[in-house]
Amino acid sequence: MRVPAIHIENLTKRYGEGNTAVDALKGVDMTIWPGEVVGLVGPSGSGKSTLLKCLGAVIEPTSGKMQLGGETIFEGAWKIDDLRTLRRDRIGFVFQAPYLIPFLDVTDNIALLPMLAGVSNTQARTRARELLEALDVGHRARAQVSELSGGEQQRVSIARALANHPPIILADEPTAPLDSERALTVMRILNQMAQQYQTAIIVVTHDEKIIPIFKRIYHIRDGRTYEEAGEGRDA
Amino acid sequence: MINLASRDILHSWGKFVFTGAGLGLLIGVTLTMAGVYRGMVDDARAMIDNAGADLWVVQQDTLGPYAEPSSIHDDVARDLLGQAGVLAVGNVAYLTMQIQQQGGKDVRVMLVGIEQGLPGEPAYLVAGRPITHTHYEALADIKTGLTLGERIQIRRHAYTVVGITQRMVSSSGDPMVFVPLKDAQEVQFLKDNDALLNERARTALNPAFNRVPGLLDTVLAGQASSHMVNAVLVRIKAGHDVQEVASQIRRWKHLQAYSREQMEEILVAKLIATSAKQIFMFLVILSIVSAAIVAFIIYTMTMNKIREIAVLKLVGAGNQTISGMILQQALGLGLIGFVVGKTAATLWAPLFPKYVLLIPGDAIRGFILVMLMCSLASIFAIRAALKIDPATAIGG
Repeated sequence: MRVPAIHIENLTKRYGEGNTAVDALKGVDMTIWPGEVVGLVGPSGSGKSTLLKCLGAVIEPTSGKMQLGGETIFEGAWKIDDLRTLRRDRIGFVFQAPYLIPFLDVTDNIALLPMLAGVSNTQARTRARELLEALDVGHRARAQVSELSGGEQQRVSIARALANHPPIILADEPTAPLDSERALTVMRILNQMAQQYQTAIIVVTHDEKIIPIFKRIYHIRDGRTYEEAGEGRDA
Repeated sequence: MINLASRDILHSWGKFVFTGAGLGLLIGVTLTMAGVYRGMVDDARAMIDNAGADLWVVQQDTLGPYAEPSSIHDDVARDLLGQAGVLAVGNVAYLTMQIQQQGGKDVRVMLVGIEQGLPGEPAYLVAGRPITHTHYEALADIKTGLTLGERIQIRRHAYTVVGITQRMVSSSGDPMVFVPLKDAQEVQFLKDNDALLNERARTALNPAFNRVPGLLDTVLAGQASSHMVNAVLVRIKAGHDVQEVASQIRRWKHLQAYSREQMEEILVAKLIATSAKQIFMFLVILSIVSAAIVAFIIYTMTMNKIREIAVLKLVGAGNQTISGMILQQALGLGLIGFVVGKTAATLWAPLFPKYVLLIPGDAIRGFILVMLMCSLASIFAIRAALKIDPATAIGG
């Protein structure tokens, strides 16, 4: 039986208590399959970042069910260390800004994640170089982060997200700082990686130029999601 | 696993090295303060060792001759020589004063009156020869800046420097100048011409001295000479107990006798105790200031990396990895600071007017203290780093 990479049901998140309580998520439902690239679109304050934080095991939802690869998260005794391991091994993050570690070179920015997971330095660096080659930035392997262009930095951050071969990647507006051409390139890469590694990718965006690329889009408004079939053309 | 701390240090080495150098200068001052204290103790011990005596015989009920004024007759030495167990005795007179070099430059010295070949005379010379004349020759410590053959003015007379000594300093660090005992007695106890004339006139007017013929002349002659010294240094024969001899002197001669250990106790525990406390206070304050500076630097450096730390935590770096990075940076800063501080202290120690003794033991203790201080100082930064929410990396 095929297991969804992400499955959430009636997920809610409330910040604060009493009169000052804010319901950021009011019952979100979502299912994403391995190898899918899904858009999450919504205006500011709609709950996108809160949903991403819940999916990233950074904050605990108030109620509802959340399954990653068939395993229910936040149910029972999940410790901080378990969540950290979950993030390290099963979730990759791509941010609006690349947020690479400035004091590590390109290869080690990627290799750090497998190393944290206990992979040997040599194996981790080999894996990093393979990913860099796959993302067409292999020639910048020994470069310092400050020597890269914005587009190159974003590719390196995608490589970092893929470093531990996670089944899920959460991308928070990854194309926002890029021009159209580079934005489409990043989306092409994400689609390619999803196909190649069967990774489920959620891309939070309100970038109009990339929205037509998604085959499925979740709209989020006032803490609730609405699914829509996208045009799904290739980048 | 990559060493994040060393990578960060290498990435911003300039900032790190300059910060470490600044901290190092502070550590250098701290090590120097410890060296000043050690120097004072060593000066005191050197003075005791250089005296070449087993016993210091001084005026009763005093801590003389270095810690309190002491005055005894110089013929006491002859009596002591007859005491069982006494090998040699030497009268000494001490006087701290300014002397004038040939060029008119003033030097503050401790003038020591000694008897040739007897306890009190410097054990060795680095240049020249011992005093052979009964008057107007001097041996000077190298720190006075005096040279062989140089003429120095002490009160009314000019002296020729015939020998140079080393590490002959008073407990307050003033270099010593040795002169024949008779000369030192004259310098110490005799008055200037005007005062002598005045004193003679006053004595002559006293009717009590004019009743018996010849009495006035005898009294005036007594005023013109001195037979007092500050201490008698005694060397004990082999096989005799120092304390036993000292006890006999105290009992029968009505004088105070101190052994080498007692004299060291007087100098270290009493004479320089206040200075030592003063230096200790400086050390404590400097250590606190250094710790506060390290804490501030490490805290600031950590706070400048909030986003990187949040990303590290988000991608699964454990508390140990983050804490380890900050702790290693703090220790790295301490290491740079210590190396700079030790080098600086070694370079500038000889420039100090007083002896600064930097001993390896203090350096090791200093290193441990610096590392401990840096570890403690990093606690604030580690606490702050561990509080950083990994969600900060996602924003929203």
